[in-house]
Amino acid sequence: MNKTVNQKAWFLVLPVLLLVAFSAVIPLMTVVNYAFQDTFGNNKFFWAGLDWFQEMLESERMWSALGRQIAFSAIILAIEIPLGVFIALNMPKKGFWASFCLVLMSLPLLIPWNVVGTIWQIFGRVDIGLLGYTLDAIGVDYNYTQDFYAAWITVIVMDVWHWTSLVALLAYAGLQSIPDAYYQAAKIDQAGRWKVFRFIELPKIMGVLMIAILLRFMDSFMIYTEPFVVTGGGPGNSTTFLSIDLVKMALGQFDLGPAAAFSIMYYLVILLVSYVFYTVMTNLDKRDGH
Amino acid sequence: MAKITLQNLAHSYQPNPRYEDDFALKELNHDWVDGEAYALLGSSGCGKSTLLNIISGLVTPSQGRILFNDRDVTQAATSERNIAQVFQFPVVYDTMTVRDNLAFPLRNRGADASYVRDRVQQIATMIGMEATLDRKARGLTADAKQKISLGRGMVREDVNALLFDEPLTVIDPHMKWELRTQLKSLHHEFGHTMIYVTHDQTEALTFADKVVVMYDGRVVQMGTPQELFETPAHTFVGYFIGSPGMNVLDAKVNGNMAVVSGTEISLGNGYGAPTGKTEIGVRPEFTSLSAGNDGLPVTIKRVEDVGRHKIVRTDFLGTEINVITPEGTNISPDMNRVVFDPAGINIYSNSWRVASKAA
Repeated sequence: MNKTVNQKAWFLVLPVLLLVAFSAVIPLMTVVNYAFQDTFGNNKFFWAGLDWFQEMLESERMWSALGRQIAFSAIILAIEIPLGVFIALNMPKKGFWASFCLVLMSLPLLIPWNVVGTIWQIFGRVDIGLLGYTLDAIGVDYNYTQDFYAAWITVIVMDVWHWTSLVALLAYAGLQSIPDAYYQAAKIDQAGRWKVFRFIELPKIMGVLMIAILLRFMDSFMIYTEPFVVTGGGPGNSTTFLSIDLVKMALGQFDLGPAAAFSIMYYLVILLVSYVFYTVMTNLDKRDGH
Repeated sequence: MAKITLQNLAHSYQPNPRYEDDFALKELNHDWVDGEAYALLGSSGCGKSTLLNIISGLVTPSQGRILFNDRDVTQAATSERNIAQVFQFPVVYDTMTVRDNLAFPLRNRGADASYVRDRVQQIATMIGMEATLDRKARGLTADAKQKISLGRGMVREDVNALLFDEPLTVIDPHMKWELRTQLKSLHHEFGHTMIYVTHDQTEALTFADKVVVMYDGRVVQMGTPQELFETPAHTFVGYFIGSPGMNVLDAKVNGNMAVVSGTEISLGNGYGAPTGKTEIGVRPEFTSLSAGNDGLPVTIKRVEDVGRHKIVRTDFLGTEINVITPEGTNISPDMNRVVFDPAGINIYSNSWRVASKAA
């Protein structure tokens, strides 16, 4: 077949190009700019090549922040995904209580990040917080400002509290879309509860679950506000995740070059993981097909 | 295999049904004889699927009892009833292979591996899917999936009954015929009690020994295809079975004469004096056009040639009367009367058929 060549068609993509340029490419390029240059002030820059990247790749500080970040994302995914699915499975399917549960579940999602941080920061305080005070009163040694484990547990519980709803709501939507006939057929075939989950519910919600995992991964991998408000990255560096470390480096120490190089690598990691997820997701349906 | 008895059975989807209209399924007493093939025929929403789901235990009836071989199973769970049921739309386990799908009901009952293997092979041959046994069910076409659903329904040999809820809706016409034939041969081979829900009269009439016609939550007639054709017990059966359906006209009936809008029609049999709303029903097959002076005066609206016969649509004072004439009959403009063959006339009182009194 002959294709018609019409160069004017380029004008049709121009608005999108402009939009993307201003919203993404140009801001990103300023970061790229910093990543390859150095300055001693007076707005004079000189070429630094890959020095900043090399420095960051050899930086103990960045690797340990990355390690904490991966551990954090892995832990909250391992808790939120199964817990969210479990909650979705046990939510009422229709009637007043279904709506009630939906509203209840969406409440945490409506609270701004820094408010969530503040809530837990106060909630966990040993002197005035309900949680901290109670734990202290029953003899549990809990102090998130001093104890590594207490800090981690607080941050993780906070994230689970804030975001499990999202997983639950997505899984719930997936479950609601399964036609009744599947459950009826399973009864006829005498499949037990586990088999119903394994062979009907899980395959049917796999699509939305992948989206939930992707969203939760990206969000948790970029987490900043909540742990920063609660622990400020401490005690020591124990809850200093990548974003927190990056902000410290860029705005605290004003090391713009290394911070920019770091940002780009950070961005590439997220892009890579998201791409892998996307590929897996789109192939999920085709996998056993033709 | 079992005889299934329904006693005073009724069902309403409302929690506190008070009026008769609240019931999706009105009170019903019925025996499904062991080993017979039934078709449950009726328009959408007449309670067919409700009845089927009550038999398989997916729905618990609001009142009445269900007996399997005289054992009360009204409250028994689906799994205790040992029933196979195939639904209107394909239900397959996507992540399993076709083989595992077919084996699933057997394995859930703990059948041993060698038996499962042989039986699955046998069923696969029957539904024509041996070649795809090891493929995942995901991504197969809708009719392949429905064949798997049918196969899963047929795989257990010891079921009390096999229920089909419009199973061939998504299958293409050629395959429909083939699968229906296979279901029939399966029935001959194993002698399961089979209940086949459909709204397609051809499907019902070709599949079943006995056809049960439902209308508005009620069983209006059960009989052989011939009985349904010749003596519809309710005007709905007349309308619903046959293509086109029965002609039904308001009439005054007295003894062996009926008067339809001033024209007298001889009935051949005596009916006394039926009360209520009386109608006469005559199938188009027993109706013919005439150029004479007797019969009902009509105007011919159009003639449809369907190949094996002609359907003449006529108008009688605003009511449509359909006539079936053999292929090759000449229809001339002076044919402005229709006459009824007395042997094909049924009398209805309040929509129910009135039996003739011996003349």
